[in-house]
Amino acid sequence: MVPIEYYLGLSAILFTIGAVGVLIRRNAIIIFMSVELMLNSANLLFVAFARLHESMNGQIFVFFVMAVAAAEVAVGLALIVAIFHTKRSIDVDEIHLLKG
Amino acid sequence: MIPDIVLFAILAFVAIATGLGMLLSRNAIYSAINLILNFCTVAVFYLLLDAPFIALAQVTVYAGAIMVLFLFVIMLLGVESLRSKTTLSWQQPVAVVLGVILLIEAAYVIFIRSGVMPPASEVAEGFGSPEAVGTVLFNEYLLPFEVTSILLLVAIVGAIILTMRQHTGRKYMEMENVDGTD
Repeated sequence: MVPIEYYLGLSAILFTIGAVGVLIRRNAIIIFMSVELMLNSANLLFVAFARLHESMNGQIFVFFVMAVAAAEVAVGLALIVAIFHTKRSIDVDEIHLLKG
Repeated sequence: MIPDIVLFAILAFVAIATGLGMLLSRNAIYSAINLILNFCTVAVFYLLLDAPFIALAQVTVYAGAIMVLFLFVIMLLGVESLRSKTTLSWQQPVAVVLGVILLIEAAYVIFIRSGVMPPASEVAEGFGSPEAVGTVLFNEYLLPFEVTSILLLVAIVGAIILTMRQHTGRKYMEMENVDGTD
């Protein structure tokens, strides 16, 4: 069994990659994928601590996070499609008007 | 039998490499495929952490359903690669520096501040199995589980409405145009 700190470190690295992805990419879909990566690193942390404390609650929480992520992706991608239909672009630099 | 630490190192390398590949790919399709590989690697980590149900849910829900939706939208819109005309040239270096600071902070908290964590002991037989997850889910977490179904229903309705409005609006406009030309 690998020490739990290694999992925490890996999770921190993945979270940082996701956070930097949100900040430096301009494609709305890739920003979205970076958010998924951050959610996933948090899930890894939950499962690692569930293993450490031998409690099922962490794994149940991951289950709920997956359900919320699925709902979020469905609505978010629908929003991106709607924005693309009005603006003909999903570059976040060009989406700066509230009016469509 | 490979020692656990070697297995962990290889998988961690794959996970970080695919994460960086997702971040740096110019083509959104490559980003999505890198992310699928990343999710599969994390699923193997879940198996190592005695969570087989969560691992398989990860493969089906994340690597399967969610990423197929991403690929579908990327190909539907044809936005594989955006021509990059950055308006804020200083933003990317600042973002990388802030990311490194975040990582250093996390490493400090995990490895220095929190002290030595107790090593994980052997878990009981059946820990993380579908039976164990189901027992806890349907006893202690029954209400959140039901609320999740409502959440998913709202997401379905929301996604349909967001994409439907376009078509109905266009139809109205076309009808108005027809009336106007007549």
